[in-house]
Amino acid sequence: MIGGLFIYNHKGEVLISRVYRDDIGRNAVDAFRVNVIHARQQVRSPVTNIARTSFFHVKRSNIWLAAVTKQNVNATMVFEFLYKMCDVMSAYFGKISEENVKNNFVLIYELLDEILDFGYPQNSETGALKTFITQQGIKSQTKEEQSQITSQVTGQIGWRREGIKYRRNELFLDVLESVNLLMSPQGQVLSAHVSGRVVMKSYLSGMPECKFGMNDKIVIDKQGKGGSSEDGGKSGKQSIAIDDCTFHQCVRLSKFDSERSISFIPPDGDYELMRYRTTKDIILPFRVIPLVREVGRTKLEVKVVIKSNFKSSLLAQKIEVRIPTPLNTSGVQLICMKGKAKYKASENAIVWKIKRMAGMKESQISAEIELLPTNDKKKWARPPISMNFEVPFAPSGLKVRYLKVFEPKLNYSDHDVIKWVRYIGRSGIYETRC
Amino acid sequence: LSCCWLIHRHSDKPAKMPAVSKGDGMRGLAVFISDIRNCKSKEAEIKRINKELANIRSKFKGDKALDGYSKKKYVCKLLFIFLLGHDIDFGHMEAVNLLSSNKYTEKQIGYLFISVLVNSNSELIRLINNAIKNDLSSRNPTFMCLALHCIANVGSREMAEAFASEIPRILVAGDTMDSVKQSAALCLLRLYKTSPDLVLMGEWTSRVVHLLNDQHMGVVTAAISLITCLSQKNPDEFKTCVSLAVSRLSRIVSSASTDLQDYTYYFVPAPWLSCKLLRLLQCYPPPEDGAVKGRLVECLETILNKAQEPPKSKKVQHSNAKNAILFEAISLIIHYDSEPNLLVRACNQLGQFLQHRETNLRYLALESMCTLASSEFSHEAVKTHIETVINALKTERDVSVRQRAADLLYAMCDRSNAKQIVAEMLSYLETADYSIREEMVLKVAILAEKYAVDYSWYVDTILNLIRIAGDYVSEEVWYRVIQIVINRDDVQGYAAKTVFEALQAPACHENMVKVGGYILGEFGNLIAGDPRSSPLVQFNLLHSKFHLCSVPTRALLLSAYIKFINLFPETKATIQEVLRCDSQIRNSDVELQQRAVEYLKLSSIASTDVLATVLEEMPPFPERESSILAKLKKKKGPGAVSVTELEDSKREGGELNGGGDRGPDTASTPSPSADLLGIRSAAPVGAAPASAGSLLVDVFSEAGDISSLTNPLIPLPCRFVCKNNGVLFENQLLQIGIKSEYRQNLGRMYLFYGNKTSVQFASFTTTVSCPGELQSHILSMHLLEPLVEGGAQIQQVLNIECLTDFSDAPLLNIKFRYGGALQNLTLKLPVTINKFFQPTEMTSSDFFQRWKQLSQPQQEAQKIFKANHSMDTEVLKAKLLGLGTALLDNVDPNPENYVCAGVIQTKGQQVGCLLRLEPNAQAQMYRLTLRCSKDSVSRRLCELLAEQF
Repeated sequence: MIGGLFIYNHKGEVLISRVYRDDIGRNAVDAFRVNVIHARQQVRSPVTNIARTSFFHVKRSNIWLAAVTKQNVNATMVFEFLYKMCDVMSAYFGKISEENVKNNFVLIYELLDEILDFGYPQNSETGALKTFITQQGIKSQTKEEQSQITSQVTGQIGWRREGIKYRRNELFLDVLESVNLLMSPQGQVLSAHVSGRVVMKSYLSGMPECKFGMNDKIVIDKQGKGGSSEDGGKSGKQSIAIDDCTFHQCVRLSKFDSERSISFIPPDGDYELMRYRTTKDIILPFRVIPLVREVGRTKLEVKVVIKSNFKSSLLAQKIEVRIPTPLNTSGVQLICMKGKAKYKASENAIVWKIKRMAGMKESQISAEIELLPTNDKKKWARPPISMNFEVPFAPSGLKVRYLKVFEPKLNYSDHDVIKWVRYIGRSGIYETRC
Repeated sequence: LSCCWLIHRHSDKPAKMPAVSKGDGMRGLAVFISDIRNCKSKEAEIKRINKELANIRSKFKGDKALDGYSKKKYVCKLLFIFLLGHDIDFGHMEAVNLLSSNKYTEKQIGYLFISVLVNSNSELIRLINNAIKNDLSSRNPTFMCLALHCIANVGSREMAEAFASEIPRILVAGDTMDSVKQSAALCLLRLYKTSPDLVLMGEWTSRVVHLLNDQHMGVVTAAISLITCLSQKNPDEFKTCVSLAVSRLSRIVSSASTDLQDYTYYFVPAPWLSCKLLRLLQCYPPPEDGAVKGRLVECLETILNKAQEPPKSKKVQHSNAKNAILFEAISLIIHYDSEPNLLVRACNQLGQFLQHRETNLRYLALESMCTLASSEFSHEAVKTHIETVINALKTERDVSVRQRAADLLYAMCDRSNAKQIVAEMLSYLETADYSIREEMVLKVAILAEKYAVDYSWYVDTILNLIRIAGDYVSEEVWYRVIQIVINRDDVQGYAAKTVFEALQAPACHENMVKVGGYILGEFGNLIAGDPRSSPLVQFNLLHSKFHLCSVPTRALLLSAYIKFINLFPETKATIQEVLRCDSQIRNSDVELQQRAVEYLKLSSIASTDVLATVLEEMPPFPERESSILAKLKKKKGPGAVSVTELEDSKREGGELNGGGDRGPDTASTPSPSADLLGIRSAAPVGAAPASAGSLLVDVFSEAGDISSLTNPLIPLPCRFVCKNNGVLFENQLLQIGIKSEYRQNLGRMYLFYGNKTSVQFASFTTTVSCPGELQSHILSMHLLEPLVEGGAQIQQVLNIECLTDFSDAPLLNIKFRYGGALQNLTLKLPVTINKFFQPTEMTSSDFFQRWKQLSQPQQEAQKIFKANHSMDTEVLKAKLLGLGTALLDNVDPNPENYVCAGVIQTKGQQVGCLLRLEPNAQAQMYRLTLRCSKDSVSRRLCELLAEQF
């Protein structure tokens, strides 16, 4: 169980310190600062053991969040809690920054009291928390409201309160994916996977029951078997194989296990319905073709071609290609057909930015890098070329087939709900060796 | 920066460096540094540095040449980045270019970069050396200094090779500036320390010594550091420096505080130089020349006088400088140890410091007094301060000072004040710091033993010691008290009474129970007359402690019980009852169980006569060095003054130093009473290899206590002549077992080194050497792991080849570290000529035919000797067979005689041997006759065999 939770700024000063158990002493705060934040060598492991005490940390911009325990806890539970904690904080006051933490420290302590009890995580659903932890002053509550809070906190559906009413029942659904790739210089895919999230924003009245359907291979195949055979053959191409997925707590897992259908009573407002990962049949939006030539000891010629590999009607945005340069670079000349390119000495890389690029196009950059001879005989390790972009489709091929809403008690039906669906594919670690 | 430091450290006055002019401020560098300091995070810092590095690279790459200023600036930035912990892999060339600049600041930065960053295998080293050479030969003193500092800071072997011959010339050249001379002396010192073989003074020696006469104090100070270091290596070459140093010292000491101007530090003239001079003099014995000696004594007197004068300043620097000289002078007085007058004065001076406010001074005073106490001239003077020292021990706040006070008490102790000191130390022990308790206990034990006039006092003291600090009383201490009680008849009754009383305390330490068990078991009868300490009362008292004790103590108590049965037959039933109960006879510990079973049987089966014989009172221990002393020595390591001193005085007060280590002596008695000796002797018996058999019991007569580890050579046990396996050596730390096999002229020997302690042996090395004319040849030796874990055993294999016949055995040298102390041990390996015997069967006629062939007088060796062992036929046969020869039956007309034949195989030749052994049972004599084809072999074999029977 979590013994304590500390929040530090980048200098290692403690902003928030909350100790839940007696086995965590005051020196634990300093131990983490000395051994992790101010460590001589950057600490890469998120779990650090110092004097039989375990520290689990995550970093958000310049802020360190560290959970401390002396017991043998489930590490994933602790990290899940820390992520939740970050979500809750950003839901309350936006970006997690030193200033925001300082300005909201009372609120944070209040939240910490609520979502952790003697080190055991409690309800950390933003929607539920917002009903009784507010940033406004103390509001005198009627007895009715108070009892409602009690039933809310202790009830079965902790993430949604009753009696929500909207004039317009609206629903936003975003499929956010990040595509990761490692490619050999010859264009062979060494590893590729997509990690995706389905994020929803719901403004629905009452206690609606929702059902979400997508082109999951298992579901499609099952239907194909039950339905007409030619349909199964056709949809087989469009369906995707999901390697693993996790759901928001509102999803009825028993139903998913038995029927693989995703049905749930949604929380109000923003939430993440599911996360998933696919590794098969990934659409790679860009192809990078590097060409590196070393001319003697003092010169390097680099040519990089990028090809967009999607429908020409779609537009990719925020494209950025990062070409690492050797550590002894003394000068760079650049020529590019499109966008802007610059040698950033502080990052030891050439950064090539293109604002927009349509599908089925290609573009090229060539660079001449001058080198300074060094007395080190070490060869340049040639780090991979990396890329960032954003495309308006899901590289995994995921499609939302339906999202049905039922509210038996109130008088609106599935057709009355306005639904918005959006696909965004972003680059994760998208690298090509050169 | 480091160059400046080098100068500051070694001179009374900082060398003047050209000031950095305002225009050279290097704004870019300042901006860069402040940028880095303002970085919010490590990432930001790395980004800034990357940017700067790229900028510098493009600048260095640029086609147009950089001017000196920017080159210096960028090299400076690189240096700063390097000092931040980032790798720098360029810019070396630019730095080397800076060396050839004519501007001081540029040259300085160039040298700085090179001393910090250039490693010795760089290809630039030639260029750098060239630049340094140019600077050394220039007439510009600052440049020369820079070059010298660079050499000293790098200090590599390459530098030494290139410049070691050059620098002495600069040092003694008449036209060299003073500041350069200083640097040169220190640079030479540095090179001498790193590679002494390259710095050859030879012809320069006398001129370097004459630097002591230099006008400039800075040069003298620098030179004296060099001379001190050099004279430690070859004192004879630098002998002349003594008189020079004395005259220099006397000039400084007699000078008024204003004479030396720059070199006067808070009214003390040249304190550093004085200290160094005094330290140099400590490398040599007192000067023989009367005039010089007189002058030196005068100086020392002046220094002591000055200490009495009122301080000229209240500043702490003044008194520090003054005291530094004073303490150095006192060290010199102690070193000479020949001027009683000075020694006493020094002692009195130190006595004043004992009550000084300054903790450091008190510490130093106590430390110096410790050494003073060992001098015969000042011992009495030191003793006058006993009250102060005791007071310091009690009231001092600083633990290290208390430790020194305890040391001093130990050092100043003699017969006259022993009782007082021991009592004080005992009372201090109750509150002493845990870290020094064990040492204190040892010291008390030693002092009590050494200066004991009556034994009851000694017994009281040690028992008190165990009562007060039982946990810190090591095994040796209570072994020792038992040795002494057993060796002295007059103290036994008193000891038994005191122990009995001590045991009556409700809670007593386990060591007390051990002593009590042992002494009551031996001498309980002496107090049994008193009804208050009747046998049963004694037994019940001991047994009441039994269950609270550890296994070894319980084992000892069981042995005490069986002794009780012998001493007091009336307790027999009670004790048998105790032995018979399940917790003894079925104890899970094998040792306890065995003792219970054996003692029970012994008590029920054996007659009283047998019991009385078996359980006889322990015989007195042989005189040996006190094991406690050995332990203290081990703790302190060699070089502890007080211990060596102790050894001398031990002889005078030695009547008490009875017995030594009990274990060895008693294990040879093959009776259960051997067990009584406790645990230490029992353990090795179990550890001996089973194959060793009964012959092995006398192994323990070899095993000494720890002190035997320092014995130069341990002789070869003669039993190995006829045996190939067994325990070669054993002491408290180490057991060495061997196992060997021989075929023709080849042999293989397995050595097993067993660590008997629980501590690991570090740097464990063994070497085998063949002395003198030894011709047996060790072919190969498998290397060993340098560490032997506690309780572990390691194995080593030796391959042996016999080239020709030989008489001396090869030597095995073993070195290892146990705790901190180096243990060194040399043993003879049991490789004798007879190991290479091949048995030859032959008939009676053959035998006598050959016997006659070998009839030349030198071929025969004969010896008549008295039997040392039993003349049992089977034993003799086994020994002869073990020799390696064939035992021939029905050859000799007299069946009592033994006849053997064999061939010794060496690489070069074969030596036939015939042997005849004629025992005479009535006279207990043997006649041994050997005839070999080689005369040296017959003689050697005859010597070897004569010891066997």
